[in-house]
Amino acid sequence: MRYLPLMAQDRTEMLRTIGAKQIDDLFKDVPPEARLEGLIDMPRGQGELEVERALTNMAANNIAAGSVPFFIGAGAYRHHIPASVDHLIQRSEFLTSYTPYQPEISQGTLQYLFEFQTQVALITGMDVANASLYDGSTACGEAVTMAHRITKRRKAILSGSLHPQYQEVVRTLAKYDGFDVSVSADRLSGTESLLELIDQHTSCVVVQVPNFFGTVEDLSKVSQAVHAQGALLVVIVPEIVSLGLIRPPGDFGADIVACEGQSLGVGLNFGGPYLGLFATRQKYVRHMPGRLCGATTDVQGRPGYVLTLSTREQHIRREKATSNICTNSGLCSLAWTIHMTLLGEKGYRQLARLNHQIAVQLADDLSSLKGVELLTPVFFNEFTLRLPRPAGPVVDALAEKGVLGGMPASRLMAHDGAMENLLIVAATETNTQSDIAAFRSALGQVLS
Amino acid sequence: MKTSHMSSVAMETPEEVHMKPTYSGNKALAQEEKLIFELGDMAKTGVDLAEPAPIPSRLAEFERTDPIGLPGLTEPEAVRHYVRLSQTNYSIDTGMYPLGSCTMKHNPRLNEKMARLPGFADIHPLQPQQTVQGALELIDALAEGLKALTGMPAIAMSPRAGAHGELCGIMAIRAALEARGDARKTVLVPESAHGTNPATAAQCGYAVDIIPSSADGRVDVAALKAKLDHDVAAIMLTNPNTCGLFERDIIDVAEAVHAAGALFYCDGANFNALIGKVRPGDLGIDAMHINLHKTFSTPHGGGGPGAGPVVLSSALAPFAPLPYVVHGPDGWRLIENHDEAGDQADDAAPFGRLTAFHGQMGMYVRAYAYMLSHGSDGLRQVAEDAVLSANYVMASLQDVMSAPYAGPCMHEVLFDETFLDGTGISTLDFAKAMIDEGFHPMTMYFPLVVHGAMLIEPTESESKESLDQFIASMRFLVLAAKNGDVKRFKSAPQFAPRARLDETAAARKPVLRWHPN
Repeated sequence: MRYLPLMAQDRTEMLRTIGAKQIDDLFKDVPPEARLEGLIDMPRGQGELEVERALTNMAANNIAAGSVPFFIGAGAYRHHIPASVDHLIQRSEFLTSYTPYQPEISQGTLQYLFEFQTQVALITGMDVANASLYDGSTACGEAVTMAHRITKRRKAILSGSLHPQYQEVVRTLAKYDGFDVSVSADRLSGTESLLELIDQHTSCVVVQVPNFFGTVEDLSKVSQAVHAQGALLVVIVPEIVSLGLIRPPGDFGADIVACEGQSLGVGLNFGGPYLGLFATRQKYVRHMPGRLCGATTDVQGRPGYVLTLSTREQHIRREKATSNICTNSGLCSLAWTIHMTLLGEKGYRQLARLNHQIAVQLADDLSSLKGVELLTPVFFNEFTLRLPRPAGPVVDALAEKGVLGGMPASRLMAHDGAMENLLIVAATETNTQSDIAAFRSALGQVLS
Repeated sequence: MKTSHMSSVAMETPEEVHMKPTYSGNKALAQEEKLIFELGDMAKTGVDLAEPAPIPSRLAEFERTDPIGLPGLTEPEAVRHYVRLSQTNYSIDTGMYPLGSCTMKHNPRLNEKMARLPGFADIHPLQPQQTVQGALELIDALAEGLKALTGMPAIAMSPRAGAHGELCGIMAIRAALEARGDARKTVLVPESAHGTNPATAAQCGYAVDIIPSSADGRVDVAALKAKLDHDVAAIMLTNPNTCGLFERDIIDVAEAVHAAGALFYCDGANFNALIGKVRPGDLGIDAMHINLHKTFSTPHGGGGPGAGPVVLSSALAPFAPLPYVVHGPDGWRLIENHDEAGDQADDAAPFGRLTAFHGQMGMYVRAYAYMLSHGSDGLRQVAEDAVLSANYVMASLQDVMSAPYAGPCMHEVLFDETFLDGTGISTLDFAKAMIDEGFHPMTMYFPLVVHGAMLIEPTESESKESLDQFIASMRFLVLAAKNGDVKRFKSAPQFAPRARLDETAAARKPVLRWHPN
């Protein structure tokens, strides 16, 4: 087996050193009735060629986003990733190391985490950020439980325009952690119903920017109402490119910001691995979940970095930890920070403007079709259309024509009849003029 | 000048050369690297993007106006920055990385190549399902393989890491207990457990009760049984345990747990010792997470991403969280909501959802490639070689170091710091001296049940030559310690990119981001 360096002769010698007759002597603590005699019922090992063939065949049964006009978002966005990003994250020293428990031989990981934390704090307009969580949805859940620790209240309010699967993640935590969750009746835009729910028992209000339907809206009233009751404002950003163009959550009073970072450096990956970005105000830093990297010096006075404030974490605090999280999303945070460094201020802002401009053009083109209406006039790179008929079958018909044209809102909100005809569409810098023309033409044909 | 410098200039001693500062601060391949905030410029960029067309913005007053302060680097500068950073990291590809409980085995590059096929890497989680049949097939095939290897009837694939899998398992247990109207209050956790175990139980609303260890490094079965009452929801047990030992009474424990109406969670962090040799399902467990980044070698990536699918017994299967993949006459299908789950199986009662989308696809591809490459015979050999290597290290070091528990061990061997008594050298000092010898230290001070723990997990990826070099280096260090060469240990590491770092100062006055001066 090509990955196993021990030779038969080595094994024999090693057993002799140990004083064992055969390998099974080392498994003697396993109860006899649980020892497998033969092999597990699965194929024997295969060579690289055979494995590559099998997996390539499976991959060929999927339609890659890059091979067709592609316009799906809803929490995961297709952006161009510079070639150097993937090259650099495959450096052995990054790829095959682990959590920097020994900082003297992990400065590479620690320094990029320090840079990453700074970049995340800057774009969100917050004081501090951690070294990443699993993804945006779990970061959202962690934000809610952190708000409970800070406010010592246990009643969270979610906006109805928060990504439905993020809502489910929070509701699942609530069921087992024993806190209350209410969801406002707001959908495509507006915060009226959210404002009505806020009271003196509220721990936090969770809003998404841009919201699930693409709307960017004024949250200053929500922020005022939340803080007037001593609660925290949690802002979720699933499309991190948006912060290159729109005002950061820190500007309008966010206390905790949780983002999906996938848009930069990571790719679609059918939903994972992704990375959660998590930022907050300085005064709440000791309530944060996850790893934190901090600056220090070595005994010779040279600057260096270490994991710090670990007394919050499970390996020290055990059942009293801020979270059970152990591993974060290290390699994805590396990809993210490299991509962000390549963009810089100039590239990041230009990328965001480019996304907005292409989406505006697409929204105008599609809503000029008969019976198609743009429901979210203030948006970044994603918007919602009302079609003259149920969006689910329309999307399937578009796929038949070789266009992956948005996501039917009903796929994630099956219970809400008002969603049936709604189509959520995203555009990015990867979409060409011919993609837009193909989408418009295919949608026109399907609807005619 | 042709005159020989050899004869005219006195040579510096190696010690003098080592200590001598250079003008740049660099020392040949050891490059000092500044922060991007010191190197970069807001006007610089490493991407050439199209100019946006002059289309009026729809965002009005929501647009950002102030500068963000993000530095940019051109591609050559960025490549050099990150390559230089990488060169200060130790990795599996650099040398032996025997970090106990973390299973730092070789990461096959085929798996990286496969995960990057556009048919896997460039597909969206919410594409129409008929356009991702190959991806769903792969998830299903991996799930079937994991079920076969563990002898368990069901699996939840979506947890994004081991600790996330623990959350999944304990939630499924609570859902099952509540479904039978039997809410309970306590989860039993051995004192040697990973910190994630008690943290998980607490996060699921349970009180944590600690089971002591017995003198042989296993859970104290009598103490455990004494605690089993109607308030106990579950026990969380790692097997092999964190002392690297197989819990020999595990079947007896499982029977007692079930007899008390509780359920059995097994922490599968150490499954690498058992794969192909023992099926956890035959031990009577109800749930176990599998760290794909350990046993199935998906790269640790400097701290993730991992993946933590959870195998489930038939008692827990109906409560598996959304989403999951099923196979029917029309191909593979994702069950994404409760209605679909109910339509698909009458007894389905998913406890909820742990994450958006479907989990760690990129890790599934790598793990599946690993599974196919090894096959049933190779995986069994993995466990045998991992256990053999750990016992070889134990047998080769136990005369000079101190093993608190008798062998055989499983895939990792535990020493304590008794052998350093009277030397003035601690486990930490010893670990730092290992860095100077070119090794990544073992796990230190865990598990908590022995003093100054040193947990060594060589994995199956080391050749005998490599193991022998490690053993000889360890014996050399032990001898140096016993001979009173305290300086070597207290000043270690001397040859690393940094000497010991001041962690106390870092925690007392945290500097968690760069600020302009």
